Amino acid sequence: MKRTRYLEIGTSSGYLLLLAVLGVLVAGGAGAAWFMEHQGHHVTGMDNQVAWGMPHVFAVFLIVAASGALNVASIGSVFAKVEYKPLARLSGLLAIALLAGGLAILVLDLGRPDRLIVAMTNYNFKSIFAWNIFLYNGFFLIVAIYLWTLMDPSVAKYGKRIGLLAIGWRLVLTTGTGSIFGFLVARQAYDAAILAPYFIVLSLAFGMAAFILVMLVAFNGSGRTLGGALLGRLRNLLGVFIAIALLVVTTYYLTNLYAAEHQATVRMILLDGGSVTTTFWIGQVLLGSLIPLGLIYHPLFRDSRPALASASVLVVLGGLATMYVIIIGGQSVPLVLFPGMEVSSSFFDGSFNPYAPSLPEMALGLGGGALALLLVALGVRVLPFLPDALPDTAAD
Amino acid sequence: MRHLLPALLLLLAALPATAAAPADGSRVPLPAIDAGPGEQCVEPVEFMRRNHMELILHQRDETVHRSIRTKRYSLRNCINCHAVDAGGQPVSLDDPEHFCVSCHRYAAVKPDCFQCHSGEPEPGVPGVVGAGAWSRGLAANASRGVKP
Amino acid sequence: MSEQPIDRYRRRLLGGAVAAGTLTLAPGLFLHRLAEAKPDADPVTSIIRWGLLVDTNRCASNCTACVDACRDEHGWTGHDRPRSDAQWIRKVELRDPATGREVSLPMMCQHCAKPPCVDVCPTGASFKRADGIVLVDKHICIGCRYCMLACPYKARSFIHEELSHQKPYSPRGKGTVEGCTLCVHRIDVGQEPACVEACTADGRGALLFGDLNDPKSAIYQALAEHPSTQVRADLNLDLGVRYRGL
Ligand code: HEC
Ligand code: HEC
Ligand code: HEC
Repeated sequence: MKRTRYLEIGTSSGYLLLLAVLGVLVAGGAGAAWFMEHQGHHVTGMDNQVAWGMPHVFAVFLIVAASGALNVASIGSVFAKVEYKPLARLSGLLAIALLAGGLAILVLDLGRPDRLIVAMTNYNFKSIFAWNIFLYNGFFLIVAIYLWTLMDPSVAKYGKRIGLLAIGWRLVLTTGTGSIFGFLVARQAYDAAILAPYFIVLSLAFGMAAFILVMLVAFNGSGRTLGGALLGRLRNLLGVFIAIALLVVTTYYLTNLYAAEHQATVRMILLDGGSVTTTFWIGQVLLGSLIPLGLIYHPLFRDSRPALASASVLVVLGGLATMYVIIIGGQSVPLVLFPGMEVSSSFFDGSFNPYAPSLPEMALGLGGGALALLLVALGVRVLPFLPDALPDTAAD
Repeated sequence: MRHLLPALLLLLAALPATAAAPADGSRVPLPAIDAGPGEQCVEPVEFMRRNHMELILHQRDETVHRSIRTKRYSLRNCINCHAVDAGGQPVSLDDPEHFCVSCHRYAAVKPDCFQCHSGEPEPGVPGVVGAGAWSRGLAANASRGVKP
Repeated sequence: MSEQPIDRYRRRLLGGAVAAGTLTLAPGLFLHRLAEAKPDADPVTSIIRWGLLVDTNRCASNCTACVDACRDEHGWTGHDRPRSDAQWIRKVELRDPATGREVSLPMMCQHCAKPPCVDVCPTGASFKRADGIVLVDKHICIGCRYCMLACPYKARSFIHEELSHQKPYSPRGKGTVEGCTLCVHRIDVGQEPACVEACTADGRGALLFGDLNDPKSAIYQALAEHPSTQVRADLNLDLGVRYRGL
């Protein structure tokens, strides 16, 4: 096997343009966060019924995708599939960047972002949220060390062990993220044990899609060769992950239908939930799953890179839709305090809670995504993350 | 820690200023510290200047979590004494001469307390100095009327 | 004011604490452990567990005395934005579609013994006081709103805008979460919660406040005598607020 050479990318005008676009988006997000903090959250679509909105949709998506972005590194180093190995560095970088983007959104959406230090010094160890803070910090640390073992031959011998740790950690991390919702037993929509495994499956698909996109842009943009065989494997994996995710969604709603007290919730999300229902069928199922599966498996698109890229974009959009359905849908469904009774109050008891994201929320969410990409773009510029070429022969 | 420097600067500025005759206000641009009409603070002034935050922050946790509602170091008590002008009128937070705000502005510190806490005295409630010193506080309150 | 049930209720209500404001009552009436307001310097203890019994049979659907009193007491007047304005307590109207029976009741923080908001709070800002009152320590609340998602009762509100001229005894501010405090600032000095006082004075005496741990307290005896309900009892949260006539 040929040794892979890694090389920083150069500064082309396309690269500068990319930086500029991402920079503008990040600045927009920062401005939005400043605006929201100074005005108060009434400038958002969030309220006392739907307390988590678009920022959380973006943030949870990015965090879940971060874990999945590590797929390629995991397969390469731990399952000893050498053909994936040259991409492990990019995989680790993307994982860190996505997590950073997601966390930035979460922090900036806090009612009191100025008290971040409080969150770092006061822990409630019963809180799954507090555990997650540990899991996130641990993820940064472990992936950073992992990257170090990949880049520094003197510590390369620890690579396998730390890679194994990283895999374990990312599974726990995604379980933890899913449990943020899974622990909310009071809410009919979240009262399901399947939520944590569901998040793991989602992370595989989201992370793979994000990785494929970044990889295609990075290789194309820097004019480096990228062999079709490896892409074919990634394409297959993506297809499998999407299919499993679809299967789990189906199971999720079917099992919920069996529990009588959850039937109204399922009905609300699948049939009469307004934007939630539309987002589910059009966003999550059609655009996010069925069309990408078509693009991946239909013979017409065999080996088509635009088709693979489109499928990945759709999976990312579908991922946001999925998070929207889980997060917004779960809060839109009214809490059932008095089963069998018709309920009304000045606080919207018993009624479906509408939600419409405002511009600042969207800008904050997009800004977080852009921050992740900006970190990757800067990373591949300053450190040798990217192979100088990855022709098919290198993979054998 | 970032407040330390302003605090030190303030102390340096405040010590000579208070030691000197009050008329000599031209040299050091001290904020308008009018402590309010109470006769004395809950602790010696020197101590308060340096440590008032510790007292209130400690009291804060004691009150909120353990329901200890002694008056002496309570924030409401500080305000009831300090946010009153010599004429017994309440001083609002918007007033640049509000006791706490003026000094904090001068020292460039921005505690967030008054985002939530009222900075104005409770009508008819006097500030008190010691535990069980309501009577002294009441007397001080009564004396407000005759004070110039 | 001179209605009999009210007087009876007042007397019974004070099972737990002597109200400084109700000096009209004869001192001999207070036979209970807390024969007087807790001394300021003493911490709360778990000997007491404060609770509230709502008798929905006495709660009129057009009456909002408790809500108004709470709003006045704590100053959560709102900004004419019903969806994002805080509501510490609200009246909920129930109708049984099968029988047409209608019930009206106040809903607020249920002061769970096992509060989900406390379990999920990352910083420990949501906490339960030794006497069972569930509170937000707004000094360490970072405004993440996870407690609002965890609360089964919609009892928590987030402050969506900057505030000014808050009540001195009820500090509130932008970016933190809040909810019914059972009027700790009143309980600690021996008064009953504002909603209870108002219901007794202006409503029909549907609210009974007292010590759930004290067999001699009126609330303890009322709970022992008549069936009562905890809302969403399936969650096993052991609520401090109980309902009668549901
Ligand atoms: C009974 C009224 C009273 C109460 C209550 C009170 N103070 Fe004071 N405080 C005073 C007076 C009077 C002075 C000025 C004393 C002097 O200059 O000799 C003073 C001085 C001070 C000073 C020093 C100001 C300077 O001149 O540099 C600080 C700081 C201060 N108080 C803070 C507080 C805080 C914080 C609290 C609440 C824990 C509090 N005070 C409660 C009456 C009161
Ligand atoms: C003599 C000037 C002075 C006066 C008067 C004063 N302060 Fe301060 N205060 C300071 C300084 C300086 C600091 C910063 C000290 C530090 O951070 O080390 C401070 C800090 C604080 C803090 C801590 C902030 C934090 O988050 O750590 C609190 C709380 C506080 N002051 C409350 C008050 C209150 C309430 C009053 C009015 C009763 C008051 N102060 C009056 C000078 C003053
Ligand atoms: C987000 C709102 C909020 C902010 C900001 C805030 N507090 Fe409080 N504070 C409260 C609430 C709510 C209570 C509980 C009142 C009660 O139980 O009587 C309280 C109680 C207190 C008490 C006990 C009651 C009293 O008056 O003595 C102290 C002391 C106190 N706070 C100090 C502070 C200080 C010092 C700061 C600034 C560093 C601060 N607080 C900032 C909301 C706030």
